Amino acid sequence: MSDNNNVNTRKRPPKKKSQMADVWRRFKRNITAMVGLFIIIILVLTAIFANVIAPPVFDDRLGDYMPSYMQQNLRNANAFPSGDNWFGTDNFGRDIFSRVVHGSRISLQVGFVVVSVSAIFGVILGAISGFYGGIADNVLMRIIDIMLAIPNILLAVAIAAALGAGLINVMIAVGIGAIPGFARIVRGSVLTLREQEFIEAARSIGANDYRLIGRHILPNCMAPIIIQATMGLAGAILSAAALAFIGLGVQPPAPEWGAMLNDGRRFMREFWPIVMFPGGAIAMVVLGFNMLGDGLRDALDPRLKK
Amino acid sequence: MTESNNMLEIKGLTIHYVTDDGVVRAVNDLNIAIGRGESIGLVGETGAGKTTTALGILKLVPNPPGKIIDGEIFLDGEDIIKKSEPEMRKIRGNKVSMIFQDPMTSLNPVMTVRDQIAEVILLHEKMPAAKALEKAEEMLMKVGIMPDRAKDYPHQFSGGMRQRVVIAIALACSPELLIADEPTTALDVTIQAQVLELMKNLKEEFNTSMIMITHDLGIVAEICDKVAVMYAGSVVEYADKLELFKNPKHPYTIGLFNSIPDIGNDVESLKPIKGLMPDPMNLPTGCPFHPRCDKAKPECSEKIPAGYDIGNNHIVKCILFNQ
Amino acid sequence: MAEKFLEVKNLKKYFKTKRGWLHAVDDIDFVINKGETLGLVGESGCGKSTTGRVVLRLLEATAGEILFNGEDVLKFNKQKMREMRQNAQIVFQDPFASLNPRMSVSQIIAEPLVINKTVSSKHEIQKKVASLMETVGLASRLENVYPHELDGGRRQRIGIARALALNPSFIVLDEPVSALDVSIQAQILNLMDELQDELGLTYLFVSHDLSVIKHVSDNIAVMYLGKIVEMSDYASIFVDPLHPYTKALLSAIPIPDVDIKRERIILEGDVPSPIAPPPGCRFYGRCYARKDICKDNTPELLPVSEGRSVACHIVHEQRKG
Repeated sequence: MSDNNNVNTRKRPPKKKSQMADVWRRFKRNITAMVGLFIIIILVLTAIFANVIAPPVFDDRLGDYMPSYMQQNLRNANAFPSGDNWFGTDNFGRDIFSRVVHGSRISLQVGFVVVSVSAIFGVILGAISGFYGGIADNVLMRIIDIMLAIPNILLAVAIAAALGAGLINVMIAVGIGAIPGFARIVRGSVLTLREQEFIEAARSIGANDYRLIGRHILPNCMAPIIIQATMGLAGAILSAAALAFIGLGVQPPAPEWGAMLNDGRRFMREFWPIVMFPGGAIAMVVLGFNMLGDGLRDALDPRLKK
Repeated sequence: MTESNNMLEIKGLTIHYVTDDGVVRAVNDLNIAIGRGESIGLVGETGAGKTTTALGILKLVPNPPGKIIDGEIFLDGEDIIKKSEPEMRKIRGNKVSMIFQDPMTSLNPVMTVRDQIAEVILLHEKMPAAKALEKAEEMLMKVGIMPDRAKDYPHQFSGGMRQRVVIAIALACSPELLIADEPTTALDVTIQAQVLELMKNLKEEFNTSMIMITHDLGIVAEICDKVAVMYAGSVVEYADKLELFKNPKHPYTIGLFNSIPDIGNDVESLKPIKGLMPDPMNLPTGCPFHPRCDKAKPECSEKIPAGYDIGNNHIVKCILFNQ
Repeated sequence: MAEKFLEVKNLKKYFKTKRGWLHAVDDIDFVINKGETLGLVGESGCGKSTTGRVVLRLLEATAGEILFNGEDVLKFNKQKMREMRQNAQIVFQDPFASLNPRMSVSQIIAEPLVINKTVSSKHEIQKKVASLMETVGLASRLENVYPHELDGGRRQRIGIARALALNPSFIVLDEPVSALDVSIQAQILNLMDELQDELGLTYLFVSHDLSVIKHVSDNIAVMYLGKIVEMSDYASIFVDPLHPYTKALLSAIPIPDVDIKRERIILEGDVPSPIAPPPGCRFYGRCYARKDICKDNTPELLPVSEGRSVACHIVHEQRKG
């Protein structure tokens, strides 16, 4: 049989070029996205090395080391930023810098757990709903509609109120609220994908539903899922902070950014650092994830290709 | 200014798309001329630069990334490359109009077809709105759509009927030049026959010059006076229709004819052109067709052949014809 | 007498729509002999692609029989269906949409082997993929490339390789070349031809392009609005079309030849909606030869001469009288 591929028309021979490399090439060009990525990397490093950046301190009264963000010093309360306390101290004389640094761990933990769990449930629901349609779709989507009709924070308040405050319950509360987003996005993608000829082609060679969804459909909706997850991280961190702010989330003395805002709001007129730094941290992280998400959308969206 | 009575004369047109990955040489040193009332078929495969040429004539090449690098386009003796955007806007839809390939997307879905025709008329001619609507209905009649459907929306029409509406819009201002970009590719054969027939008649009625962009040599045989065969951004062969169909010279043109299954004769197997269209970002040196050409000589890869006139206004861009 | 490979009897496929039943395929019969090609030609919406899919049970038939080597596919259980899937394959029209963009060339071609577990070891899959790529004329260096990096012709070769992976004996070709440029189209048509000879394949070739159909087919069936209106061997239909629709269809094709002068029949109007079609001949509304009898009586597809049949009252009357 004649080989019609002798005529090589490309400058670069089409070597093994992974699609990730392609995405990264486009992502790199986007300055906003790179700034977002930079912020997120800083955040992750901060969380990992929190104990190095703000190491435990020796406490005289305790006679032992204790976390730096816990150590109180009432004589040095509400101190403005200085060489010793870069971000100043709060009303109990705790180092705000240490608290913000250690708070990143809680926020990231909440973010990742919430997004992973809600993504798993959302993707499964969305895929079933979109792929099978009919009654399954109707029932699942009405449930999702109901969930969407309740404001996210209200839903979280209700759940937190029912289950009680605390880190785990915050994650459950925020996670449930994040499921509809994933379910809808995946359902939408699946609906268009299942009509594609390559799905029919896979069927024609004998693929079962499990393989159709797992191998042919879901890998093709990874882009919207990744984008939703990135944006969802920002949303989850924000919701967790809001819950903590109204006292239903992570409880003091844990250095949660929202809880820190709540503690500090009584003093914020006279003493700005107590709200400025935790508030700024929340804003930076949310901004970072959103910028990253936007950049990923541009880099992953095949329609913008070339 | 050139002294000629040609409706359109394109000289040395070169259009590039500058992208992050490299320069796409879409149109390279293209020369064609169209007389008044004449129709020319621009034939070629995907990526030959047919549509870019058409957009170039209207100065509608999306910029960025597209850019007219070089060349002159004389419309009625005036070089439109030098014209400003407001001047061009007066030309588009008035003196020159275009029919696009896809009748599904080239109409506005939320405007009635009558209003869409009237809009073009009002843009270019001073007349009361009521009169424009009247004229719009007249145009619809001309393309075979009854006035009782004038207030319908595009989605209420079939593909063939929509393309009729598009033709009515294109002809509403009695253009001197009509550019039709694959106007029947999206249509079924029996509908295509209707639309081609309609275009042929209207062209005569309005005495319009026409550029018919197509990949189908059958359509050219039917509707055109002259043919320009395009390959990789340049015209490789240019002649009167009869001359070209009876006496094709360029190896690419011959290859095209051999690739088409012939409905009149039985052939055991087709003789396709070997290989693929070149990547316009990385055109071969010399003659762009030489890697696929059976008659290629060593010098074909060295320099771009000029257009050689072999008599009868038959121009072939191939060094085999360099006497 | 050639061996019957596929026989379709009274096949119907209706789709439920909001406005009523859409008669996509309405009571058609045809036979394809072993190693031959039946060309199914018609305009968009005539049911030709649906027919191809129903035959493979990618869509469930509403009624009728589909006999492969005498066995009715519609009565097959899951196990037999799985065997049949390996034996009967399809090549799709759009080489852009029919390949999973997230899979590399070799993964796409290996997919049928993996799913059906016909080849066990990884090494054997690789070997089989390599030989399939060679069969369809794809250079082996392309195995790790993704479809979006390739042109339409090569993508269609991937689609063909995938269809061949399970060594089928029957392939439905659903407009396999209509998305391709003519020079590439010719390459693919020649490839299909060579494969048929080499592997003894039987084809159902669906297309809207009569000149392509003529080139590839042994027999031709012309469809209009869910019905076969004319059946013929590949040659005589072009010399002497019988059904008024076939005549109009033939005369509508632009022929790249300036010497041929033809009487052109321009049909009026559009193809009517296949939803709840009226009784009588489906072509009645656009027919230039219609008579009263055509309005209410559906013409049957009746043989008129050796290897030819037509569904038209006018032709039948002429033959009788």
